Amino acid sequence: MSLIEITEVKKRFGDNEVLKGINIDVAPGEVIAIIGRSGSGKSTLLRCINGLETIDEGSISVAGAQLLPDELHLKALRLKVGMIFQQFNLFPHLTAGRNVMLSQMVVKKTPKAEAEAMAKKMMERVGLGHKFDAYPDQLSGGQQQRVAIARALAMQPIALLCDEITSALDPELVSEVLAVVKELAGEGMTLMMVTHEMRFARDVCSRVVFMHQGRVHEIGKPEDVFSSPKTPELQQFLGVAH
Amino acid sequence: MNYAFDYGWLFVYWPVLVKGIGITLELTLVGGVLGVALGIACAWARALGPGWLRPVVATYVELIRNTPFLIQLFFIFFGLPALGVRMGELEAANLAMVINLGAYGCEIIRAGIQATPNGQFEAGASLGMSRLQTFWHVVLIPALQRIWPALSSQIVIVMLGSAAVSQIAAEDLTFAANFIQSRTFRAFEAYFVATAIYLALAIALRQALRGLGWTLFPKRTAR
Repeated sequence: MSLIEITEVKKRFGDNEVLKGINIDVAPGEVIAIIGRSGSGKSTLLRCINGLETIDEGSISVAGAQLLPDELHLKALRLKVGMIFQQFNLFPHLTAGRNVMLSQMVVKKTPKAEAEAMAKKMMERVGLGHKFDAYPDQLSGGQQQRVAIARALAMQPIALLCDEITSALDPELVSEVLAVVKELAGEGMTLMMVTHEMRFARDVCSRVVFMHQGRVHEIGKPEDVFSSPKTPELQQFLGVAH
Repeated sequence: MNYAFDYGWLFVYWPVLVKGIGITLELTLVGGVLGVALGIACAWARALGPGWLRPVVATYVELIRNTPFLIQLFFIFFGLPALGVRMGELEAANLAMVINLGAYGCEIIRAGIQATPNGQFEAGASLGMSRLQTFWHVVLIPALQRIWPALSSQIVIVMLGSAAVSQIAAEDLTFAANFIQSRTFRAFEAYFVATAIYLALAIALRQALRGLGWTLFPKRTAR
């Protein structure tokens, strides 16, 4: 039984078809890395999964919640999948702790004390318990991204989408964020991540999806995809990326 | 120059001035609070609201921004009774100020909303918040923070512009000055005192709005 079902998904921006019929099924607990050149549609695919982009054809469902364009269905879907962004997107006027509390209180109507307890727990989980009252601009990029992860986790999603979450970070801050993601993977969280961290993809992911020109060009276990790429496009991409 | 300045009337007429100051402050407080609230609602409607609402709000904003405040005031106080809508001079003055600041505030606040990075809306949406919840909890405060100096100036302008309400016999500070000079024939002194009081009020209001900004926005907006 798949947790995330992506079936024949097509997406156009005007005349430009960026997703040309995508099929991916993700089992619970799987960690999927999506790799590919910029413009191959990998971020768009991820953004379709929680409804930040609409789809033109096909269907997407996460644990039974269908992607449909009305606010009620979108909310149900988004309660099941959390999303972490390249630019963190923390709310600048709220402390880190408040960032983690806000959506619990607003969306789930969790009482404040409960939301605060959950926020403290999640901040501990990403190793930032001591930064609960810091504002985002007092935190490093890596710390901000870990708060963003805590914020998504506090909604208790069944799956997390990570859109190039280390691409905006200084090299020395990448590992602290990846460590958190690795821990989540170890705990059985279902993850789909667009990433350029090939070593991380190889070490942690259960499957790797190589996207090329709006299609899933190759998909398989990381050892197969990285060690014996079948298509010339993937061979070339890995040659460039390594 | 052989004009002898005489401020002796102050001993007799100071209660008139105090009452005038009180009314000017009341008009500013009500106009400021309700005007900004109306401005926020209109800014939301124009920037993020449903399609049918946008032209309605745009019409209101352009109507107010392209006509004199005095005419708006006269229209409400002298014009509307023809349609059976009657109100006292203070209600009319309050209403005119709210409507006026609402329109200017709308455009200022809208600029703040439209400068919001798209990622803020996406973060709100990805956490399951509705568009309205995202606006209210995520977008609004940083948007107000961005344009707070401009909005503060507009509130001060509206306070100074409230002098016009003396023309419908609302007994504000300008009305008091007019009244005093007509009784004492001390026009220079009466308007000099009124000018000094307006100046002090405007500076005090600016400072108060700065202080309010510090409490509303404890942190700088990122990016």
